[in-house]
Amino acid sequence: MKKEALYIDRTNPIIMVSKLEKSFGSLQVLTGISFHLYRGENIVVLGRSGSGKSVLIKLMIGLLQPNKGSIRILGKEVQELGVKELQELRLKIGFLFQGSALYDSMTVRENLAFPLVRNKRNLTRTQIDQAIVEVLENVGLLQTINQMPAQLSGGQRKRIAIARTLILQPEIILYDEPTAGLDPVTCMEINDLINEVQKKYKASSVIITHDLTCAKTTGDRVALIVDGKFGYEGSFADVFKTENREANLFYDYNFINEK
Amino acid sequence: MEDPKNNKMNDAPSVNFFTNIYDIYRFILRFFREVFVPPFEFKEIVKQCYDVGYRSLALVTLTGFIIGIVFTKQSRPPLAEFGATSWLPGLISIAIIRALAPLITALISAGKVGSNIGAELGSMKETEQIDAMEVSATNPFKYLVVSRIIATTTMVPILSLYMGLIGLIGAYLNIHQNESTSFMGFFQHGFINISFLDVFSSLIKSIVFGFTIGVTGCFQGYYASKGTEGVGKAANAAVVISMFLVFIEEMLIVQIVNAMRPA
Repeated sequence: MKKEALYIDRTNPIIMVSKLEKSFGSLQVLTGISFHLYRGENIVVLGRSGSGKSVLIKLMIGLLQPNKGSIRILGKEVQELGVKELQELRLKIGFLFQGSALYDSMTVRENLAFPLVRNKRNLTRTQIDQAIVEVLENVGLLQTINQMPAQLSGGQRKRIAIARTLILQPEIILYDEPTAGLDPVTCMEINDLINEVQKKYKASSVIITHDLTCAKTTGDRVALIVDGKFGYEGSFADVFKTENREANLFYDYNFINEK
Repeated sequence: MEDPKNNKMNDAPSVNFFTNIYDIYRFILRFFREVFVPPFEFKEIVKQCYDVGYRSLALVTLTGFIIGIVFTKQSRPPLAEFGATSWLPGLISIAIIRALAPLITALISAGKVGSNIGAELGSMKETEQIDAMEVSATNPFKYLVVSRIIATTTMVPILSLYMGLIGLIGAYLNIHQNESTSFMGFFQHGFINISFLDVFSSLIKSIVFGFTIGVTGCFQGYYASKGTEGVGKAANAAVVISMFLVFIEEMLIVQIVNAMRPA
């Protein structure tokens, strides 16, 4: 499915990452990443395993602390926020974990109710139920409402995890490998869902992946991490021009030289 | 270490022994910092109390009953040699209330509850469920750790008192088989030998044991690492370390209580 062109307000960056550096002991993972994400835009961040893609979004949500650089989200400097302010900011950001991270001991309904019950204390039981039904319909899995996560397939778990990120209607969604470990058909369904979410919720997204089909289908802009920083950035076609050697190593494997 | 913005990719407890002690100290400090600050996770605390307390009842009942019977059976012959079997109720009551009930309950809880907490939190850590809680603006430490430590700290003493009672009933049944001691007579005789300090120290001991089991299980699980192997290790360490600490604490508290006992 070809990505539909949506209006992106390029005057209004909602994420501003500047000269971001992160190391673990002697291992320098990020060496100076800078980029802006605009309202309504999807940026896909590609990179080899261990290149720091997931670290980047964990830094953005405040799960990790950078060594240098700054991350400004919705006008707030993430590193300078106190616990309460960080929690308030997190309510505006959805995060899809690579392994879905659904709570094993809760049903699908309880998984979806969890962020609502804890963060929207003024909602009634009926309103919570309505919100749950609505997001489940959006991801096409209403029938799983009373099932446990262990009873779901990998693709269904991913969709439920997306539903959980959507239930608080975030302005920004961070996807960590949304199609990892899924078959090609389910991958396409997830890609379509990401595009539907962008369109319906007007959310901006950072999509971490090494799946080029996902990148091509969902990204308004693509960036490739090389040596800890964005080596190439632009449209899918720009990044994968023949002369971009590192980018083409990716391309050749994913599309078997059918450029 | 508990700081969500920490600088380590892997939150595993430090290998260095002293750093590890410092990490545990900070973990306990964080518990006390957060336990009195709202929001209070009442629903989760009740659920954990149910899991720790109610779900251990059958095991505690059976163990307490058997210990009462076996201890009485083993104590009878030496006392009988001196014609002192009338001391049995007093001896058994002292042994069960002062030492056996809190210690055995703690060991059972360390095995059943401690391993469960270690494995559950470890698995949640490994599958990023704890991070998921954090990014959905929930304090996972308060929701998962504080509630579990409160549950073990309150339920282990209750289970211990219950086990003491069941143990005494077991002891009575054994005595009743051999002698015509009445139920009331047995308990009157037994309780004459038990002072307030015995019951109080037993309760304090159980509170300390419960807290230790909760902290150890939560610490091992919350900072589990190295995938599924780490989950197994967390569960195992939760049991081994809690049992070790329970014995050390038992020894220390006995010394303190004995020093407080009137000569």
